[in-house]
Amino acid sequence: MNSESSANPHHIDVKEFHPRAQAAIADPKLRQNFRRAMDGLISKRKDAFEGMDLEALRELGANIRLRALANLPDLLEQLETKLTANGIKVHWAIDGDEACRIVRNICVARNAKTVIKGKSMVSEEMELNHYLEEHGIEALESDLGEYIVQLAGETPSHIIMPAIHKNTGEISELMHEKTGTDLSSDVEYLTASARQQLRERFMNADVGVTGVNFAVAETGTLCLVENEGNGRMTTTVPPCHIAVTGIEKVVGTLEDVVPLLALLTRSATGQHITTYFNMISGPRKPEELDGPEEVHLVLVDNGRSSIYQDDELLDTLRCIRCGACMNHCPVYTRVGGHTYGTTYPGPIGKILMPHLIGLDEGRHLPTASSLCGACGEVCPVKIPIPDLLVRLRQESVDGDKLNPAKVRGHGAKRGTLEALIWKGWSWMHARPGIYRFGTAVAARLRMLQPGQLGGWTKYRTAPKLANKTLHQKMKERDQ
Amino acid sequence: MSARDSILQRLRNRSGGELSVPECDFSVLQRPVSSVAERIEQFQKTIESVHGEVHSCTRDSWVAQLADILSARDARCLLVPGAHEIGRRLRESEQDDLPELLIYDEPIESWQPHLFNNVDASITSTRGGIAETGSLILWPTPDEPRLMSLVPPIHIAVLEASELYATFHEAMQAQIWASGMPTNALLVSGPSKTADIEQTLAYGVHGPKELIVLVIE
Repeated sequence: MNSESSANPHHIDVKEFHPRAQAAIADPKLRQNFRRAMDGLISKRKDAFEGMDLEALRELGANIRLRALANLPDLLEQLETKLTANGIKVHWAIDGDEACRIVRNICVARNAKTVIKGKSMVSEEMELNHYLEEHGIEALESDLGEYIVQLAGETPSHIIMPAIHKNTGEISELMHEKTGTDLSSDVEYLTASARQQLRERFMNADVGVTGVNFAVAETGTLCLVENEGNGRMTTTVPPCHIAVTGIEKVVGTLEDVVPLLALLTRSATGQHITTYFNMISGPRKPEELDGPEEVHLVLVDNGRSSIYQDDELLDTLRCIRCGACMNHCPVYTRVGGHTYGTTYPGPIGKILMPHLIGLDEGRHLPTASSLCGACGEVCPVKIPIPDLLVRLRQESVDGDKLNPAKVRGHGAKRGTLEALIWKGWSWMHARPGIYRFGTAVAARLRMLQPGQLGGWTKYRTAPKLANKTLHQKMKERDQ
Repeated sequence: MSARDSILQRLRNRSGGELSVPECDFSVLQRPVSSVAERIEQFQKTIESVHGEVHSCTRDSWVAQLADILSARDARCLLVPGAHEIGRRLRESEQDDLPELLIYDEPIESWQPHLFNNVDASITSTRGGIAETGSLILWPTPDEPRLMSLVPPIHIAVLEASELYATFHEAMQAQIWASGMPTNALLVSGPSKTADIEQTLAYGVHGPKELIVLVIE
């Protein structure tokens, strides 16, 4: 293992969003990599839904997720019962640290020294690789994009395409330096080299760790969606498979999976379906000749049960992690995934991460948006992302007296001067006489208006007050 | 309190109160009735769009067609099911241009390096296919274990045209999956692929580079 992988790449100061955004915007290569990739994904998604009743399908997807959330505790218990009956061991973790300890304990009990991993955003959330390496267990990513990102000592910049920020030349140089492959712009050659390197690792790995796309309570089935086959390798070749997932990933029935799968693959990469849809319902039976002898599921809460308490914030938990919101986000496309400094970037990250790290730490996330609404329009399960961004903006300044803020770290952006200005504003608006007098005076004195208005005029010209108030103009028109 | 109990308790004592359960209308998944020929056409078109290959065969012709497919690729050996009719037909065939036939009849631990490094191709049965998404349904068995369709660079799958369903939804209901699932079930829709390097498609990244479907009509 190279030395970088033991340095934890996650410990980025989330609050330093603005300097990172500045640097990303000034990097034409990075912007080109993202622009090209996101444009491609947008048009592929559009083509994939051609001829389908997308709105009805989204409605169904949203309702299935809402129904699962409405029954969440029952479904989790049913899932546990079914999985246990099938021979899969179920573990529960309050937070990422506890989940890491559970994975490590399973490894230690098996005397496992090497772990091979399929793609799992929850394991990124847990910072599992770093934890395992600190405890002397090697963790190797096997999804090609994750493998590249791990070689570079970085974190994923997109939840579906982790290495999308790099172009072929950069990846070729990285693989040459770290693994000794020849420098080449031939993607086939680079892919074949990675296949060779990873096949050896699959054969020698003691444990395979993956995420889960859907956990079906009815049958006790863990579903994994993938194109490469590394997920199948990870869940089949090592003698022990550990799946980690958020508690919100459970659905009631196998039938529920059908529309969610149709929405997920089309929204994510514009595919009718991925190459592999892998459904795991138990470890190897005595008469079977391959497959893991042990299968574990770690159910991770990590803030989800707090999100669950609030009717509006709850919608965050509908997410099926397709990444369409980031593909269509004008901010994400320009600044890239690393700028956010969080496990989940883009719009879904902006509404999910404040719960995981607190609104004080994630204070810039809800405002890193133009509220254009694209994310909400493309979301396959109709999460009202723009509304949730507004809600979190209010929470970050404690701005809604009627609905007291709840999210951890709320009020972190509340400033005395700003609060005072708005207080005055609302006081004036409740008094028509004073309002008319005030606006008339402001219109008269508009020449004295300052040209610079702090952050507002950093990238914009200052708005100019009109010479007459709207009330005055309406009056003139009506005469 | 255990993590399990404290999570479940938090969820059950939700401060927002009980959530309403919405109705789920699955009618959007319904498709017009289609003929076998239409389903074959859609299946072929869809799986070919993701680099899969389809050969139309009869019960008498498929062994000869398979021999041609494999010799065109210089395959030296073919992993076949031990008990399934497909394996039996191949072993009893008088076709002399078939490659060496291997059977997966030992636990993986005893021959893993050989499977990973020396087996050129495999042939498996399927539990049917899905026209809309160009998918094969595989339920690995002791006779056709999980790695058979994953590790060799060429995977050949035999699909009975009569077992081609219009949609995943239809297949799942017709085969009553909800009544019990095997340890591992798969939908396979094309060869292994990745677009992780600058969105350029490359095949065979971890699984088979080629997926060849013999449709028996």
